[in-house]
Amino acid sequence: MKRYTIFVITENFIGILNRITIIFTRRGINIDALTASESRLEGIHRITIEVTASEDTVIQLVNQIEKIIDVIKAFYHEDESVVYQEIALYKIPVSRLDGGLEKIIRQHNAKIIAAEPDFVVLELTGHKEQTQELLEILKGYGLLEFARSGRVAVAKRMLTIDSFVK
Amino acid sequence: MKDSMIRGADIVVRSLIAENAEIIFGYPGGAIMPVYDALHDYHDQLRHVLTRHEQGAIHAAQGYARVSGKVGVCIATSGPGATNLITGLADAQIDSTPLVCITGQVASHLLGTDAFQETDVVGISMPATKWNIQVRRVEDIAPAIAKGFYIAKSGRPGPVLIDITKDAQTNFGEFNYSKCLGFRSYRTHIPVEKSAIQEAAFLINMAKRPYLLFGQGVVLGEAEEELKAFLDKSGIPAASTLLGSGALSEDHPNYVGKLGMHGNYAPNLLTNQCDVLIAVGMRFDDRVTGDLKRYAKQAKVIHLELDPAEINKIVKCEVAVLGSCKDSLSLLADAVNVNAYPDWMAKFQELADQENATVIQPDLKPTKAGLTMGEVIHQINQYKADDAILVTDVGQHQMIAWRYFNYKKPRTQVTSGGLGTMGFALPAALGAQMYDFSRQVVCVVGDGGIQMTIQELGTIMQTKAPVKIVLLNNNFLGMVRQWQQMFFDKRYSFTELDNPDFVKIAEAYNIQAQKVTERGDLQEAIEDMLIHDGPYFLEVVVEKEDNVFPMIATGCSVEEVRLS
Repeated sequence: MKRYTIFVITENFIGILNRITIIFTRRGINIDALTASESRLEGIHRITIEVTASEDTVIQLVNQIEKIIDVIKAFYHEDESVVYQEIALYKIPVSRLDGGLEKIIRQHNAKIIAAEPDFVVLELTGHKEQTQELLEILKGYGLLEFARSGRVAVAKRMLTIDSFVK
Repeated sequence: MKDSMIRGADIVVRSLIAENAEIIFGYPGGAIMPVYDALHDYHDQLRHVLTRHEQGAIHAAQGYARVSGKVGVCIATSGPGATNLITGLADAQIDSTPLVCITGQVASHLLGTDAFQETDVVGISMPATKWNIQVRRVEDIAPAIAKGFYIAKSGRPGPVLIDITKDAQTNFGEFNYSKCLGFRSYRTHIPVEKSAIQEAAFLINMAKRPYLLFGQGVVLGEAEEELKAFLDKSGIPAASTLLGSGALSEDHPNYVGKLGMHGNYAPNLLTNQCDVLIAVGMRFDDRVTGDLKRYAKQAKVIHLELDPAEINKIVKCEVAVLGSCKDSLSLLADAVNVNAYPDWMAKFQELADQENATVIQPDLKPTKAGLTMGEVIHQINQYKADDAILVTDVGQHQMIAWRYFNYKKPRTQVTSGGLGTMGFALPAALGAQMYDFSRQVVCVVGDGGIQMTIQELGTIMQTKAPVKIVLLNNNFLGMVRQWQQMFFDKRYSFTELDNPDFVKIAEAYNIQAQKVTERGDLQEAIEDMLIHDGPYFLEVVVEKEDNVFPMIATGCSVEEVRLS
């Protein structure tokens, strides 16, 4: 079992996400994270799926995803062959702000992106290990709320999606 | 509004006509009524068959598609009409049958509001369709139907569902039909790689005991001639899967029999003795492979397959030859040597003789009192036409009929293979017969399965489709009973049936019927049935507790195939 990133290049078609996710559901495989967005080509969407599975299984998942009529291309990568990033938001009560927290923010390269009378919101982008580390620390500062995005990723390989879209 | 504008419902019907649909199967209801209204104007161009249940409509469309090679079409209303199609969709999906199913849907402004007969059929049918779509605007109807037909028939075929809201059917729009010729996200033609052919040919030319397995892909790819030519040249023995039957005449000298749980003895057992295994248009169903850990481990596997998702899905192959087997078989035939394997073939013959003595003769020419299913099929073989179509349901009778029916022509086999849908046979036989009234269509069915869709006798009555129905009645859910006997200590839990008087039922539908209980009456009854002009119902009371052999029990290896 290993962590893989699956990229799906697809037509923007109602229900496409559903068709993709039922392939995982059928095999009882959990999706660790999923993000969907429009690609740089109009009308073409790009879905990034993070999954922990054996390579054999991932190959079959990718083949079955690619078989979906409106999917243009699907492929997978190991962590080493993608550049990826996640974003995390942390809501902290103002009452707990002190010098210690300031140091933590500096050390982790986090940003304060909102300050309200009762709370501040910190933002950190990075890999899951980094956002997780900050999460553990902030639990000691009365963390009110936490949210983390799925992975956005680009492949290191020099291939553009234009080559799949003819 | 311009004069050239027509209703969405008319666009539906005219699109079907533009796709050369000749016959459709369906059942009306609220949300599809505009389409039914339109059908009224086109009945000289498009024949509609009213089944007695939507499941009957879709199975009929499947039977029609399997026999004709065309896209089967069925229509149903929203809600329960649409959900009644699901079994047929799942069946067509797993058996790669091209279908276009059109369902009515509540008006678009009611979508998502739990309106009367509203159901999310696009959501429900998603895992059971090759493609589906909901159409809410009149201008999207014709393009959706064009795309639907293209997707259903091209590549690896499959079922398509098009859900059309009622307002799209009643609104007016222009009708300019253009057939779909392809689109960027869907590749249908995969050119065969020369290098794969060379690698495959190298393995085959080196082989001492090569063995070819063929499946329905040969029929779907219309590669029957190419298969025959390849076998003629290479001399390689060949065995068929359930749905492959018919792709090669059983009279062909290289044909060694059938694969799978209830296939023939030699083809199963010798899978584990070949050195090169060539799989053509088949997907290594678990009913074919038995225990995978002990399946053909000694062999180098060559897989000729159109669907990339099937490669290495179940059995890892040495060489994958992607593409239509029509192309790959003919390229491969050019690349292999003329050869013959007399010693290897003799092994098949030796085991076939054993099976013949232990299983086949007692099945076909029994000495005990009770009638066997096998002897019924044997008698049918004596009188049937070469191109007779055999439609079967699911269970013991299906396996027996498949084992003993003498397949000579492509597209003469219609059965529910992957899904194992009881209730399939009667409506599928109707659909097969609707394609061509001049062909013999023999529907072999059990007493369990027929009662799942017995209402379609009404459709047979109304259409006068001359289907020959052979009910093999053992008053049991026979296959389940066999398993209970073999693996559940003979605890016959809910498998015995108190059955109605089937002959009376058939006669109530105005279908000529006869019941045979004695061996002496069988031959004449089958002759009577096959020469009868019109539908015929023949009930044969068979031995209650006969079992189907050979058998590969669940969890066993192909080499553990049992003769008793």
